[in-house]
Amino acid sequence: MDSALLIEKIVLVLVILGITLLIATYSTYAERKIAAFLQDRQGPNRAGIFGILQPIADAGKMFFKEDLIPAASEKWLFIMGPGIAMFTACMTGAAIPWGTELHVFGYTLHMQIADIDIGILYIIGFVSMGVYGIMIGGWASNNKYSLYGAIRASSQMISYELAMGLSIIAVVMMTGTLSLKEIAAQQHGINWNIWYQPLGFIIFFTCALAECNRAPFDLPECDSELIGGYHTEYSSMKLGFYLFAEYINMFISSAVIATLYFGGYNFPGMDFIESSTLLGWLQFATLFAKIFFFIFVFMWIRWTLPRFRYDQLMHLGWKSLIPLAIVNMLITAAVVLLKSNSF
Amino acid sequence: MQPLTNRSKLVVQKEMTFMERIYLPAILKGMAITLSHFFKKKNTVQYPEVQRPIAPVYRGKHVLKRDEQGRERCTACGLCAVACPAEAITMVAAERTKGEENLYREEKYAAVYEINQLRCIFCGLCEEACPKEAIFLTDVITPVETTRKEFVYGKDKLVEPLNQRIDVSKRQSWRMPEQQS
Ligand code: SF4
Ligand code: SF4
Repeated sequence: MDSALLIEKIVLVLVILGITLLIATYSTYAERKIAAFLQDRQGPNRAGIFGILQPIADAGKMFFKEDLIPAASEKWLFIMGPGIAMFTACMTGAAIPWGTELHVFGYTLHMQIADIDIGILYIIGFVSMGVYGIMIGGWASNNKYSLYGAIRASSQMISYELAMGLSIIAVVMMTGTLSLKEIAAQQHGINWNIWYQPLGFIIFFTCALAECNRAPFDLPECDSELIGGYHTEYSSMKLGFYLFAEYINMFISSAVIATLYFGGYNFPGMDFIESSTLLGWLQFATLFAKIFFFIFVFMWIRWTLPRFRYDQLMHLGWKSLIPLAIVNMLITAAVVLLKSNSF
Repeated sequence: MQPLTNRSKLVVQKEMTFMERIYLPAILKGMAITLSHFFKKKNTVQYPEVQRPIAPVYRGKHVLKRDEQGRERCTACGLCAVACPAEAITMVAAERTKGEENLYREEKYAAVYEINQLRCIFCGLCEEACPKEAIFLTDVITPVETTRKEFVYGKDKLVEPLNQRIDVSKRQSWRMPEQQS
């Protein structure tokens, strides 16, 4: 690996990490504002104009709070929990194609940190490792509510990962590749996968909500039953890490949804743009517009739907989504087979 | 059985139809409702800058009134303290000495008079109990303090200042005209 490539990748890693953290920070602000607007309120508007400095104030508060470690907890695991959650959340951004290429100062930047040919597997793998952060943290707290939260989180994630994986298989069969770059490139213009996989999209979206522990699937936190769920015992920046990881996951999920089903960086009319520099920036902007839209939908759903009951959650996961995903997979397989035979 | 009102509804536990079971139409309907609220007028009042109008008989922070000549009306009879359901009022009585006639209206007065604003429930019973029309509730909202001690209001915060008299005539309107002194 030559040093120019190394520097390019390091810069890209830092930029993407920075953007991820910034978006996660401002997601907390967006969440509060959207929640307020949907409920006819104003939301935070005191710190800075329109409350734009609110996330910074929140982060400052988190930092200066007392950092408690319960005496009866498993100390190292207790500290590791939020670390794992944060680490896995940040890792997933590496495989997402944020655009094709960008020309900055006469240099061509490839907008993907790692073009892994099994990109989607990599993301699924890291997302499912995210549950360890929650499980370990919940267990190490030595608190029954935390433990309940952790147990719920793990069973919920395992149940919904199945349906999620099955709905992704349909996309993979259709596109014939596991590489996210390829999948994004195939959806040129408005030839998006959503037109071929609407059912798969609904299943994937539902599972993404569940994987991110977002309402209506926020049973692991579930304030009214479990106080704070797995992070009941956490305080200060450790709690901040858990909350932050949730928002990063939401951002990455939105990016994956946009890439898998909504054409990633592709937008209609992209062939008519001559300048490749402009095209590069526009693709980048398009992807982020899509991501922001999905983040908004995530929040919109949270403030619309009530939380599921636990048995309803399992019922929906095992008895509805998985059979649907299998049917979807079979139909896709049949169509793909027919097409490949007739052409 | 005869229903008592025409509003009663029979509860039936019917099977959900297919459309109801896939949830999606209901979810979309709910999301449309919440989105419509996104653009509605906000109900919030931006408190310190904007204040809602309050009733003329609003019960806020207390005031210990002076009479027309600027003398404190309270005679430390303790009836307000007895009436207070929250036991928020305490006082220490003292006897008026010669030369203090311009300060205190009655021969006995309250040397210390304290109301704990954290205990007070702003019921206004102290005001009703007072035979001397000395204590009234005003439309001032008790401000925020950072320690509990600061919420115990002494005479410095309760007695009305000589140069800015507080009008409580609206609160006296329920009394018979001849009772007003
Ligand atoms: S308003 Fe009610 S609670 Fe408050 S001091 Fe007077 S009698 Fe007590
Ligand atoms: S305020 Fe009125 S009731 Fe209370 S001690 Fe003074 S005179 Fe008596």
